[in-house]
Amino acid sequence: MMEEQALFQPLDRASQLLVEESEVVAPISYWKDAWLRLRSNRSAMFGLITLTILLTLAIFAPLFSHHTYYETQLHLKNESPSATFWFGTDELGRDLFTRCWWGARISLFVGITASLIDLIIGVMFGAFAGFVGGRTEEWMMRIADILYTIPYLLVVILLMVVIGPGIFTIILALTLTGWINMARIVRSQILQLKQLDYVKAATALGASRSRILMYHLIPNAMGPIIVTVTLTIPSAIFAEAFLSFLGLGVQAPIASWGTMANDGLSAMRYYPWRLFFPATLISLTMLSFNLLGDGLRDAFDPRLRR
Amino acid sequence: MTKYLIKKAGILLASLFIISTLTFFLMHAIPGDPFVQDKAIPEEILKALHKHYGLDQPLYVQYAKYLKGLITWELGPSFKYQGRTVNQIISEGFPVSLVLGVEALFLAVCGGITLGAIASMKHQRWQDQMTMVIAVLGISVPSFIMASFMQYVLAMKLDLLPVARWGSFSQTIMPAISLAALPMAFIARLTRSNMVEVLQQDYIQTAKAKGLNSITILFKHVMRNALLPVVTYLGPLTAAVITGSFAIEKIFGIPGIGQWFVMSITNRDYTVIMGTTIFFSVLLLLCIFIVDLLYCLVDPRIKNPGNESF
Repeated sequence: MMEEQALFQPLDRASQLLVEESEVVAPISYWKDAWLRLRSNRSAMFGLITLTILLTLAIFAPLFSHHTYYETQLHLKNESPSATFWFGTDELGRDLFTRCWWGARISLFVGITASLIDLIIGVMFGAFAGFVGGRTEEWMMRIADILYTIPYLLVVILLMVVIGPGIFTIILALTLTGWINMARIVRSQILQLKQLDYVKAATALGASRSRILMYHLIPNAMGPIIVTVTLTIPSAIFAEAFLSFLGLGVQAPIASWGTMANDGLSAMRYYPWRLFFPATLISLTMLSFNLLGDGLRDAFDPRLRR
Repeated sequence: MTKYLIKKAGILLASLFIISTLTFFLMHAIPGDPFVQDKAIPEEILKALHKHYGLDQPLYVQYAKYLKGLITWELGPSFKYQGRTVNQIISEGFPVSLVLGVEALFLAVCGGITLGAIASMKHQRWQDQMTMVIAVLGISVPSFIMASFMQYVLAMKLDLLPVARWGSFSQTIMPAISLAALPMAFIARLTRSNMVEVLQQDYIQTAKAKGLNSITILFKHVMRNALLPVVTYLGPLTAAVITGSFAIEKIFGIPGIGQWFVMSITNRDYTVIMGTTIFFSVLLLLCIFIVDLLYCLVDPRIKNPGNESF
């Protein structure tokens, strides 16, 4: 060991990762390895840092703001961005800075809640289907296939008409078909994993089926699951903004990026900032989640890195 | 192969049946009366209206009539626009949307494949990184935002293109670009990763060793194999263009079917909502079926199933 190490030149950390296999290093855990890869990925780190900033502002900005999202000041309508109104005001004199961060709360809440529900249903369905196999699996996946072909935005819009617009309708509608993607990914992971030797070993040692599923299969499918969650959030945020933009999402006076963009669109020619700020925030949030998701995918599965 | 197609057709029909049933019962689950609005309507008129539209019959009779109407493609009259039928509305709006949609599809497929091919040929050089930055932006910036920004910059500030409306080719440019951006970015990423994989295969080395010129290798050996998975993306691509059209047609004031759909929702015009929903679903499912068919023709593994189960 000592002799071997003397043969090699000291390396910096980044290149150490590349030659890992030929180098004698202390074993790094799967999670640590993934984190090191993620950390060296600049665009993923950009996404992570931006998201942290966005989240912090979404939580704290409305608390420290001198304005509320519903307070109207008709003598101060359509003000351009200034020291008092950082992002300007809208046609009712409401402070856009405060409204933008309330909108951030809604977007992040919808995105995170919807993808967590997708996660729970999808993992349960997918893991069960992949694990039991046979007829049951075939039927379960056939049902998923049929649901998958139903265009989800149409279902969402129909539900908005029936139940009435609102945040929880959006979440319900999004999760109604959203879990299928997760279920498919988890199932294919479980199918691969359950053929591995350590599962046979666990079975031979007398581990129960539920123990194998909970302690051996699902934890090892965690990488793809996390990636899927990270990439589901921006699509949920998009769906909320899209519906609100069409006037089918959250209703006034609640601020949402989609409704603000819709309001701003009609005033775009004279008051472009009313469109600019919410639009930039939607795009920046989705960009950050996508960059982070791509980075996580590369980090968890370096074979895919190209 | 026949078995595979029958199976796919079965899923298609089952999905269609579920969607139409779901739509029907959802629409009838809406509380309140479709004709009751702000002003009060006399009892007799309401009754006559219900009789006229068949709403006084039991639900199962209405459902049977509805299914029969779907099969014969008679989608019934509009509740809000006197004397207009859903069929008329679709046949007026669809040609407009079709032109826009086809233009967007063409742009997405050609642009996406070109970008992806450039990126993979210049793998990990600046061209590659540039293309992938554009692609991730295309995925992240929602179409309705891209459309509004283009409208502001290109039409209002620089006065290069008409702001809105429909009729000439120059009016289709901005709507088509904003509809195509998202699928184009997806196709670019898909093409790139597939091509990078194919370029590393041994048979590409063999082809090079044989002395084939690089154009032949690119089109006959690389593209053919790398573009297979892109074919499967045609289904989601159609879905993206359809849903995208709801917002894009609204922004640019295009009298297409997407605009009608959104309007019928705000107007609570139930027959139009049902009709257009079914129409979009049929369109989408047909595209998915065509993709399966195409895949069947180009991928020999499906023709002779053996090692892989489908």
